[in-house]
Amino acid sequence: MPVRVQTEDFDISREIATLREGNAAVGAVASFVGIVRDLNDAARVSTLTLEHYPGMTEKALSAIADDAKRRWDLYDVLIVHRVGELKPTDQIVLVIVTGAHRGEAFAACEFVMDYLKTRAPFWKKEQTAAGSRWVEARASDDAAAERWQDKQQKSG
Amino acid sequence: MVELVYLARLRDVFGSARETIELPEDISSVSGLLEWLRTRGGAWARELAPGRAVRVAVNHDVARGDTPLKAGDEVALFPPVTGG
Repeated sequence: MPVRVQTEDFDISREIATLREGNAAVGAVASFVGIVRDLNDAARVSTLTLEHYPGMTEKALSAIADDAKRRWDLYDVLIVHRVGELKPTDQIVLVIVTGAHRGEAFAACEFVMDYLKTRAPFWKKEQTAAGSRWVEARASDDAAAERWQDKQQKSG
Repeated sequence: MVELVYLARLRDVFGSARETIELPEDISSVSGLLEWLRTRGGAWARELAPGRAVRVAVNHDVARGDTPLKAGDEVALFPPVTGG
């Protein structure tokens, strides 16, 4: 159940091929790609710097992937998150979930992103024409993550 | 000795990425540590004031106020996360 933190870009086609390689039981692949936008809180963003907490990051991402596998019947979960300097239109995060059926794959993919946004130790700093600023956490992200806490865990 | 790690905006305002401290004998939990750091005044008192959104991890696991501390621990202080 791989998780990776890297400065390099990723290729979703290659990552999907690797994840489902040799498993003919996979019937569904759900994926999410996060992209750096050029506009945030009405300010033009020129560069986004991603910082993380090495050691804790990998542990937190692995815990989220494990949690997803406990909640749904999945074959694999892949999480790739980039760090360092990124520009608008750059890919920043990738989640791929493989399973037998689409329902579980869709749900698990959304769950992983919601938990990643509130639990994985990454921080964004934006450079705009007015200078640089740390991005503030959003209450809507907390609300998105909390939705999953009431959901029933998979039985058996 | 306890290793303190400051991340993101907190590293900027404290002007330090990490420091090693001798944990006073009467401090045995995260909340005790934060209270002690607040007595430094200035940015410490301001940023770690009760009600401020400060997250703490002990040895790479998310911690709460009552999480116990012991010599050799790595304690990280950081703002709410903003990845993804």
